[in-house]
Amino acid sequence: MLASKKDIITELQKNILHWQGFKVPLAGTTRFAGLEQVESAFPNAVFPTGAIHEFLTEEPEHAAACGGFLGGLLQVLMERGGICLWISTARSLFPPALKTFGVNPDRIIFIDLKREKELLWAMEEALKCSSLAAVVAEVGEISFTESRRLQLVVEKSRVTGFILRGSTKKLSTTACVARWKITPLPSELKDGMPGVGFPRWNVELLKVRNGNPGSWKLEWHAGSFRPLMPEKANYLHREKLLKVG
Amino acid sequence: MQKRFITIWFRHLTTDWLTLRRPELKNTPFVFAIPQHGRKVITAANVIAEAQGIMPGMPVADAKAMVPNIEVFDEKVERAEKLLRALGEWCIRYTPLVALDLPDGLILDISGCAHLWGGERAYLKEVVTRLRGSGYDVRAAVADTIGTAWAIARFGQVTPIIESSAQTTALLPLPAAALRLEPVVLLRLQKLGLYTIGSFISMQRSALRRRFGEGLLLRLAQALGQAEEYIQPLQVPEPFQERLPCMDPIRTAPGIEIAIQRLLETLCLRLQQDGKGIRTAVLKCYRLDGNIQHVEIGTNRATHHTRHLFKLFQLKIASITPALGIELFVLEAMKVEDVEPSQEVLWAEDPGLDDKGVAELLDRISAKVGAGTIHRYLPAEHYWPERSIRAAPTLQEPATTAWRSDRPRPVRLLSRPEAVEVTAPIPDYPPLMFRYKGRAHYVRKADGPERIEREWWLEGGEHRDYYNVEDEEGQRYWLFRSGHYSGGETKQWFIHGFFA
Repeated sequence: MLASKKDIITELQKNILHWQGFKVPLAGTTRFAGLEQVESAFPNAVFPTGAIHEFLTEEPEHAAACGGFLGGLLQVLMERGGICLWISTARSLFPPALKTFGVNPDRIIFIDLKREKELLWAMEEALKCSSLAAVVAEVGEISFTESRRLQLVVEKSRVTGFILRGSTKKLSTTACVARWKITPLPSELKDGMPGVGFPRWNVELLKVRNGNPGSWKLEWHAGSFRPLMPEKANYLHREKLLKVG
Repeated sequence: MQKRFITIWFRHLTTDWLTLRRPELKNTPFVFAIPQHGRKVITAANVIAEAQGIMPGMPVADAKAMVPNIEVFDEKVERAEKLLRALGEWCIRYTPLVALDLPDGLILDISGCAHLWGGERAYLKEVVTRLRGSGYDVRAAVADTIGTAWAIARFGQVTPIIESSAQTTALLPLPAAALRLEPVVLLRLQKLGLYTIGSFISMQRSALRRRFGEGLLLRLAQALGQAEEYIQPLQVPEPFQERLPCMDPIRTAPGIEIAIQRLLETLCLRLQQDGKGIRTAVLKCYRLDGNIQHVEIGTNRATHHTRHLFKLFQLKIASITPALGIELFVLEAMKVEDVEPSQEVLWAEDPGLDDKGVAELLDRISAKVGAGTIHRYLPAEHYWPERSIRAAPTLQEPATTAWRSDRPRPVRLLSRPEAVEVTAPIPDYPPLMFRYKGRAHYVRKADGPERIEREWWLEGGEHRDYYNVEDEEGQRYWLFRSGHYSGGETKQWFIHGFFA
């Protein structure tokens, strides 16, 4: 009886996830090396591709750290020769740096627009194009309705979208699947050697739809992510999460 | 398909033009004249002057004796040709093939055009009434050959429309001058009493050739359709052009949409059969008031995909001002390229930059916000950071050199380096502290310097010594000092980027 009740609940949960656009992972799903702990925060323990992710990048330093982390994600998403669209109004990304994160900068098409209004239009059009691997847009503000539109488009085309929010003053709710914040951490070299080491970040998942928010420390090493604290996943408390949301 | 031609004869081309420009001359006799051998000779006379016996070729003095109140204007040599060219361009609305027939005519190749106006009679009537309505005294005729049409337009008495392969009977009663012959030949024919074409058409060819030369035989053969005659079209017709004349003037956006849709369907079908695709296309909307509205689109790769092209035009419809209405749409593919046929794939794969969907997406974006917004970068062989990338002209162009990752480069690069205040031990240590945007950053770790020399063959200035520094919070920056330390003076430091 008890087992069957449990079964019913898991079955229900699975159905709910399915209705909300999370597909049960199939064989050959994109896996991110070194991100297993972060992935476990998501439903089905799979990084949701074909969804919209939101990154908070108010400070230029955070934007740079986020660019590195995103580079690591794009490397996997663009593995099979896909291309990525990078839409922005004031772009400061320096393409050659992406090579360090395994992305071929000539496979990224930059769209430099003048107005924010055009940006969301362009992003929506781009997300409709299912032959793209990913679409990145540097947005100032985005309302719930606008993010909902993007999410609906993405559910059909299965393109992964990334929104980099430059302004976090009015942090409204969005329909994005996750809200991330990447901040840089001091690097360390072996045996106290001088100089700057490999990039290290504090990866925070502030909000996850149907998942568990948390924060992790990662390092970019030899072309892939490497978790710094393998012993435990550092989940945030539920109360803290509510404050953020 | 049987060729059909219209020739239009402007009987008083230049004088009609002057009357149009100066309506007060409508009731006065006037002539155009040019100086010739020390006297003025008339080149053209208007209807009133002609009625009083003034003929071209007459000296002005004689004409003045006959009609004292005659007005004389100077003839310009190029005027007739210029006028004819303008009229010919106007006639392109009836057929794409219009040729000049100097000094006073136009030739229209109307093969396959007449049915659009409901038959040749209506077509000819339309041409003639529109030209007459605009003030030109014209005569026109339709025939299988240019020669016959020319003859009938100038000398025909019965009907202006000569049925297919009825040239011979139509030509028989016409005077010999109707064959466009040299004056010498004409004079000789007249001397021998051969006034009409019928009087010599049945003579032996060898006899005609002996007496009147090859020219007469050629003209005769051309008029009868036995020899081909070529015209030099005023506007070489674009091979990929579609026209849509409208019964009623179009004034609404849905109307324009339907027109574009129809034009694209026919044009794309033709392109598809030829294996071509559009790179740039122009839609010209001829308005009732004579204004022509242009709309241009461009694509990133050749395509004959109707729906995609329609979407591109749809974004531009708002820029068309129909005013009183549009009577003719002309869609022309200005730049056409071969379409690489893509093979259908069985398994899904990311085709990357060659993908049709991506190209169409970029077309839509550039059509909406302008072509200058799309960038793609390739590595350039320069160490100077600002020049280490170059914009790729096309989507498919491969990188000629590999991207370098052996030197640290920041993820975010400031478009202009910003000056920072630093505390730095000299001569070549990284700074201990720097102040950026009012915040002090204490440097904990640093790498460098990496000296990058300025490329003196491109620009002058100081070199840069770059340091990769990390502050106490772990934020990483790219700083540089501009130039050498010398003589105790402090050198300016700049921040140029942010590392991941």
